[in-house]
Amino acid sequence: MFDNFPLWPQRASTLAGSVDALFIFLLIVTGLMTVLVFSAVIYFAARYRHRRGVPAEQIEGSTPLELTWTFIPLAIFMVIFAWGAIVYFKERTPPRDATEVYVVAKQWMWKLEHAEGQREINELHVPVGQDVKLIMTSQDVIHSFYVPAFRIKQDVLPGRYTIEWFHPTKAGTYHIFCAEYCGTQHSGMIGSIVVMEPAQYEAWMSGSPSGPLSVAGEKIFAELGCATCHRMDTQGRGPNLLGVFGKPVQLEDGRTVIADENYVRESILDPGAKVVQGFKPVMPTFQGLVSEEQLNALVAYVKSLSKPVGQPSVKTASGQEMAPKAPAKGSQVE
Amino acid sequence: MSDSTTATHTPTQTSVHEGLHNPALLHHFATEEQQRNSASLGMWIFLATEVMFFGGLFCAYLIYRGWFFGDFAAASKSIDATLGATNTAVLICSSLTVVLAIWAAQTSRRALMLVMLALTMLFGCAFLGIKGIEYKDKFEEHHVPGSTFSFDHVPIPGHPDQYANPQHAQIFFALYFVMTGLHAIHMVIGLGIFAWLFWMAWKGAFTPEYHTPLEIGGLYWHFVDIIWIYLFPLLYLIDRHP
Amino acid sequence: MSMATAIAPPVERENYLNKEYGVGSWLLTTDHKRIALLYLMSITFFFFIGGFFALLIRLELLTPIGDLVQADTYNKLFTQHGMVMVFFFLIPSIPAVLGNFLVPMMIGAKDLAFPRVNLLSWYLYIIGGAMMVHCMLTGGVDTGWTFYTPFSTAYTNTKIVEAGLGIFVAGFSSILTGLNFIVTIHRMRAPGMTWSRLPLFIWAHYATSIIQILGTPVVAITIVLVAVERTLHLGIFDPKLGGDPLLFQHLFWFYSHPAVYIMILPSMGIVSEIISCFSRKRIFGYHFVAISSLSIAVFGFLVWAHHMFVAGISLYAALVFSILSYSVAVPSAVKVFNWTATLYKGSIHYDAPMLYAFGFLGLFTIGGLTGLFLSALGIDVHVTDTYFVVAHFHYIMVGGAVMGYLGGMHFWWPKISGKLYPEAWAKLAALIVFIGFNLTFFPQFILGYLGMPRRYYQYPAEFQILNVFSTAGATILGIGYVLPMVYFLWSMRYGKPAPDNPWNAAGLEWKTASPPTTYNFEEEPVVTWEAYNYDEIDAEQNKKEKEEVKVVG
Repeated sequence: MFDNFPLWPQRASTLAGSVDALFIFLLIVTGLMTVLVFSAVIYFAARYRHRRGVPAEQIEGSTPLELTWTFIPLAIFMVIFAWGAIVYFKERTPPRDATEVYVVAKQWMWKLEHAEGQREINELHVPVGQDVKLIMTSQDVIHSFYVPAFRIKQDVLPGRYTIEWFHPTKAGTYHIFCAEYCGTQHSGMIGSIVVMEPAQYEAWMSGSPSGPLSVAGEKIFAELGCATCHRMDTQGRGPNLLGVFGKPVQLEDGRTVIADENYVRESILDPGAKVVQGFKPVMPTFQGLVSEEQLNALVAYVKSLSKPVGQPSVKTASGQEMAPKAPAKGSQVE
Repeated sequence: MSDSTTATHTPTQTSVHEGLHNPALLHHFATEEQQRNSASLGMWIFLATEVMFFGGLFCAYLIYRGWFFGDFAAASKSIDATLGATNTAVLICSSLTVVLAIWAAQTSRRALMLVMLALTMLFGCAFLGIKGIEYKDKFEEHHVPGSTFSFDHVPIPGHPDQYANPQHAQIFFALYFVMTGLHAIHMVIGLGIFAWLFWMAWKGAFTPEYHTPLEIGGLYWHFVDIIWIYLFPLLYLIDRHP
Repeated sequence: MSMATAIAPPVERENYLNKEYGVGSWLLTTDHKRIALLYLMSITFFFFIGGFFALLIRLELLTPIGDLVQADTYNKLFTQHGMVMVFFFLIPSIPAVLGNFLVPMMIGAKDLAFPRVNLLSWYLYIIGGAMMVHCMLTGGVDTGWTFYTPFSTAYTNTKIVEAGLGIFVAGFSSILTGLNFIVTIHRMRAPGMTWSRLPLFIWAHYATSIIQILGTPVVAITIVLVAVERTLHLGIFDPKLGGDPLLFQHLFWFYSHPAVYIMILPSMGIVSEIISCFSRKRIFGYHFVAISSLSIAVFGFLVWAHHMFVAGISLYAALVFSILSYSVAVPSAVKVFNWTATLYKGSIHYDAPMLYAFGFLGLFTIGGLTGLFLSALGIDVHVTDTYFVVAHFHYIMVGGAVMGYLGGMHFWWPKISGKLYPEAWAKLAALIVFIGFNLTFFPQFILGYLGMPRRYYQYPAEFQILNVFSTAGATILGIGYVLPMVYFLWSMRYGKPAPDNPWNAAGLEWKTASPPTTYNFEEEPVVTWEAYNYDEIDAEQNKKEKEEVKVVG
């Protein structure tokens, strides 16, 4: 509305419309309930004001009325629940081909790295009309990445990745707020999302010197000696990582897990937690030896080793889709 | 205390106020039965709060045990199950002596009551002594969480080629010490309560008609015993095979 | 037109206030009424401390930049405002003051089941409060009242352990009060006082007590774990050491959500008493209102993770907690409808307690309805951790609980003190509180949807105008709170002496003297009538007045 006195946040993502629609529905429903209760109270208070000689009429109650005003609100609440759940499903299901941006939160700033390699501090440039997925972790305490104009918010936790996504619809600059209290400069952790027209975004992207994150990850993979065991040519001491990401992995204890970002991260920091079937638990831990940014790069690299996006994982016995079969015991290549 | 304008009872009351009433009857209660029932209900409710108090710890323990089973098994193996089992037997015996003390009160066996109360306290002290030995062992093995903690190269039971994660083991020991420590604090309080009960019994305060403090003190003691009966298998017997 | 009929007794009888004098007789009392007054003084003290912090917060938020206090100081202000108001004012307030005073009298007993435990409760509260005050004076706490890990266990340098222990000790005060009430209500009802004849105030306190005894121990052990972790550098909640920060949140909210029902249920009990008295009729749907209190207590334990929808819980967990949160809204709605229906065909008087009850109805309705927004997953993602939540809970806790508390204080003041408060001032204060409250907190709903996060002391300039409205309202609200303290104190010295039952209210407490004697009743009452028998009371009152007219005429 007014620049200095806004009463409604801007709508700049596909989600914003859905959230606003539900909000307005709730405003109407609760507004009606409020008007109902308020007018009843005011009317009764006035109409039945104490008058000399007119006693109150003792009414015990009315079970039909009680059931009515129990079950009708309950029904309305269930509608609200369902609608809220539908919007929530949308919010928590990132589209498959979304551009990825890795976010590392720390006291008291946001460090962002595009998959293509550009690094930003407290700012995120994105093009209009493209899905963006944020893969976020914290270096220290819990933070929360909040963009009111997109109507999205997700806590950013130390020790794991959390995911958030959006689809910007309007060019402009919008606030990023940290929405989980994190210490002294919690209210200073304010950033901006800069949504640009696609042409401008291309121009901005090409101005950056660094290469894609996955390439940086490949370098780290070599530097830290991961390639020694995780060979791509012959069977090494560790599983071949080609095509692993996003697919189910059979573990030594019988469980099957999906190799997502958190799985890759855990495998680096706590390799004994989920040992792949047929392999010995010999991988050393890299806890304390890799920073969050390096972890992000490694995750990006492992992702890049998988088949191109868009293929649903097939949980069949077909050896091609799953991780390479475990070698027969006793025939491990040293 | 009361004067004629305040607490009197109407003749329709079944209290024994006008006649002789037990000096233990507190004045805001109408009858001894009301007082006894109130004391009993009060203690049961207090025990419910204690269940919730320990419950938070059990909840944390069960979650981490589910996530880090192997590491917890390795840590559990390093605490002495024989001492733990002994302590379990000690506590069960002490609950028996409590029950016998109450029976003795109900049947006017003063000497037996005093002996049973004393035995209960003795068993309680034995429990704490054995606990002290266990804690000392843990201290010497550097299994006390904190800066001196170390748990390197300890194999996971059943997986001889895999070592337990020391961080996860430290969580086990943190929970071990907090849970058994909290239990031990409750034992100490229990000893204090029974010392007081012993003194009351010595003074002759307990009769077949009135021994409510013994009953509710006994309830508390049984509760502390039951907490241990859950703690022992959960902490000492993870993945153990004879 | 006031209902209070001022027929003052000529000579001062012995009552619980003048029975014994001296500090010792108060500090060692086991009389539930004296203990209630001890609590009244203590919680009022903490209310003004918490209110002072609120004032500083609102003053800082007048401008978008941080210019009144430093960032660390501001963080301590909102943390301590929350801790003091929640643990040292709201949780004890109604149960420890009005509950302690009235529960025995309402059921026809001489005292609570465990008077010495009652006194112990107060001492635990004082010790916990002293620890909290000491903590605040020697460095303070800056984690937010929610203590989230790993910030509280591994990053901040403020006095977490001391604050936590202060709250731990005060928590046992709450547990013992709840225990005392449950045993009292079960075992010490006068003959004829069946469960169906209990005042709804008693039902509300019974439900509250259940929450107190089952929920508080969980936050107690959580605080112990935080203190141990912090002191020994463990990793139960710290991911760097193998722990899980979300475990803390689950354990914390498992208590802290039911805690909000500890804060509102007693107030709802008061509202039932006031509305029935000043409409001169039985509460509509008595049994439904009683059962709804118990339902709130039970369902309240099933919804805690609605504070964690964006915290990293699974999508399916979020669905479960969202649908359960809607179920807990239903009993509260049922109560509002029943209270409204009670007004229908009543004979309504506009005395100050009733004005507070009306205020409660309006503000609790708004606060409760905004809970529907927060339970909707899609909306909550946008508004959680913003001023929308701040507005929501202040509508319930201040607009609801505090309004109810003030209404109750006015309603029972003649009984407690033996004096009448000045009615005109009371009505004015009620109005000021209502206006000030709405001006303070309604703009915060808008601020929240706009995206202003909580716990911010500096903010983008476009949020300023709404913040200025909010601060203006806060000053008005503050005046509204100071007024009752002033005139209640004034009335103790200069107020008109109160008759035993100035409101002609139903309830056994009104059959005692104003103020009551130490043991409440001269003879143990035997109850042969239903609760809220206003038809009988008014009929008898009319008969008496007719006879007086006859005599005079």
